[in-house]
Amino acid sequence: MISIEKIQQTAEVLMAKAAIDIPDDYLTGLQEAANAEEGDLSSFVLQAMLENYEAAKQDRRAMCADTGVPRWYVKMGNTASIEGGPVALERALRLATARATTDVPLRPNRVHPLWRTDHNNNVGLRAPEIEYAFEPEGDWVDLITVHKGGLFGTDYRMLFPGDGIEGIKRFYLDSLIAFGKRGLACQPAIIGVGLGGSKDTTMVLGKQAACLRIVGDRNPDPKIAALELELKELGNSIGMGAMGFVGKSMVIDCHIEAAYCHTGGMPMSVHAFCLSSRRACARLHADGRVEYRTDPMWFTPFMRRETVEWQPEAEKLEELV
Amino acid sequence: MATGSGKIRRVSLNTPVTEEALRDLKLGDVVYLNGVVYTGREGVYKQCLEDGVPLPENLAEISNVNFHCSPAATPDGQGGYNVGALSGTASFRFAKWLDRWFKASGAKIIIGKGGMSSEDYRKFFVPNRAIYLTTVGYGTGALLGRGVKGVRKVHWLEELGLAQAMWMFEVEELGPFIVESDLDGNSLFERENAAITKNFEKLYEGTRPATLRRYGETDNRSDEVI
Ligand code: SF4
Repeated sequence: MISIEKIQQTAEVLMAKAAIDIPDDYLTGLQEAANAEEGDLSSFVLQAMLENYEAAKQDRRAMCADTGVPRWYVKMGNTASIEGGPVALERALRLATARATTDVPLRPNRVHPLWRTDHNNNVGLRAPEIEYAFEPEGDWVDLITVHKGGLFGTDYRMLFPGDGIEGIKRFYLDSLIAFGKRGLACQPAIIGVGLGGSKDTTMVLGKQAACLRIVGDRNPDPKIAALELELKELGNSIGMGAMGFVGKSMVIDCHIEAAYCHTGGMPMSVHAFCLSSRRACARLHADGRVEYRTDPMWFTPFMRRETVEWQPEAEKLEELV
Repeated sequence: MATGSGKIRRVSLNTPVTEEALRDLKLGDVVYLNGVVYTGREGVYKQCLEDGVPLPENLAEISNVNFHCSPAATPDGQGGYNVGALSGTASFRFAKWLDRWFKASGAKIIIGKGGMSSEDYRKFFVPNRAIYLTTVGYGTGALLGRGVKGVRKVHWLEELGLAQAMWMFEVEELGPFIVESDLDGNSLFERENAAITKNFEKLYEGTRPATLRRYGETDNRSDEVI
C-alpha cells in the first residue's frame, strides 16, 4: 500500500523540481546547440538561457515566470495499491499543485475560459489534467508532472495517406516556421510529432512524445527512428535559431509517436516543448521508497503493444526455444 | 562589455529613460535597466483607457518603462511580496491600446515578448517617441527575477488580480533585453525574418502541400501569424 501522505509530499517536491531544475538531458542538448550556434543574436540568447537555468537552480526560483499549464501523468504497476484509492490520489495531486503555486511561488495561470475567473492556485475545472497508464509488472506508482508552455508551437492537421512523407515534412516545417518567427514557440525545443490515431489521440500522443521522452531517445521502429533524425536535421536547417533570429538551433530533438488510424486518413500533430522544458518524475514503491528521476519512461514496449495479448519478451523467447 | 558574443553591445539605462538614451540604441543592442519598471497589460489598459480609472499620480516621473508581464509572486504575509520569476507576455495583442497609453502614461519603452509589426511601430510608437525591448529566450524568468530588488507598490491587486495588477518594481540591472524597435520604427525581428525567408524555396523542395486545404490558407512564407 502506498501512503497518500507520501504521494502528496512527493507531488509537491516534483512541482518545485519541474519549475526550477532544467532536466539534464535537455540541458546537455542545449549546451550542444549553444556550442554549434554561429548566429550572434541566437548565440547570445542560448547563453542567457544557460545562465538562467543556473540562476533558477541557485536561487531556487522558477526558471520561467509563465507557469504554462501544469499537469500530471500517473502510471501504475498492475498490482499497485493506493491508500484511499484513485480519488484520494487525485485530491493529493490537486492539493500539491495548489500548494506549490504559493510555495515556489508559481504564477497562477489557470482561468475559466469564458469568465476569466480563477482560484489563484492553478486548480480549477479540469485543471490540472491527470492522465493514467499502466504496466503489467510492479506495485509502484510513477508520478510525472509536466509544465508545458500553453499558447504557441502546437498545431494539428488532417493529412491523408497520399500526402505521404512529403506532406508530413511540409506540415512540420510550416508549424516550426509559423511559431518559430519571433520565437513564439520559445525554441530550441523538443518537437513531438503525433501521427495517426483519432484526432484527439494524435494531439495527446504528439504532446506526450514532446514531453515524456528524453533528448536522445529513439523510437524502437528503426524507420520511425530514422525519420525522427531526419526531421530534427530538417528543423535545424531552416536557418532560424532562438527567438527567430538567424541561426540553426530550432530543434533539440524530435520524437515521433504513432497510433493506428482510420484507413483513409493520416492525422498529424506537432508540439514544441520549449526552452523551459519542465518535467519531473518519481517512482513510489509499496515499501515507502521514493526514487526521483528525470526520464518519465512513459513509452514502454507495453505502451506500444500492437496485439491483443501482452507477453513480456522473456516469455516470448521461451516459447521460441 | 560584451556578453556571450563579442559583436553584441551591452547598455545600462536608468529610468525614467531619456530621449537621448533612446536615440543611441541600435537594433540588437542588449539593455539592462535600473530604477523603476512597472507592469501593465490588458487589465490596466482596459480599466484606465476605457473605463476612466485614473492612472497613478506622476507615473511618467517615476518610470516611463511599461513591462508586459505578470510576475510569479505571492504576498509574504508581512505586507510585502515574494517575487520569484518574471517573464514577458506576447505583446502583439495589446497594440490597439498603445497609442492612447503612450499619451496617457508618458511611457517611452515597452518591454514584452515577441514585439509587434513595424507597421504598429510606425503608427503607435514613432509618433510617441517610444521603442520596444524584447525579453530574451523567452524563458529568462529567473534572471529577470534577480533584477527585482523590491516592490515599490502594487496598484489594483484586488480589482485586477495578481496577474493583471500594476506592479511597480525597483530594479537593478534588470535584464537582459534586446532592442527590437528603434525610434524610426524598424523591427529587428522583421530584419531577421527577411534574411531567413530567402532560404525557404530550397528548404521546402521535396515537400507537398496538404491534399485537404484550409480556409484562408496561404503559401506565402514571409507572412507572420501575429
Ligand atoms: S513557452 Fe516555455 S519558455 Fe516560453 S514563456 Fe512559455 S513556459 Fe516560458
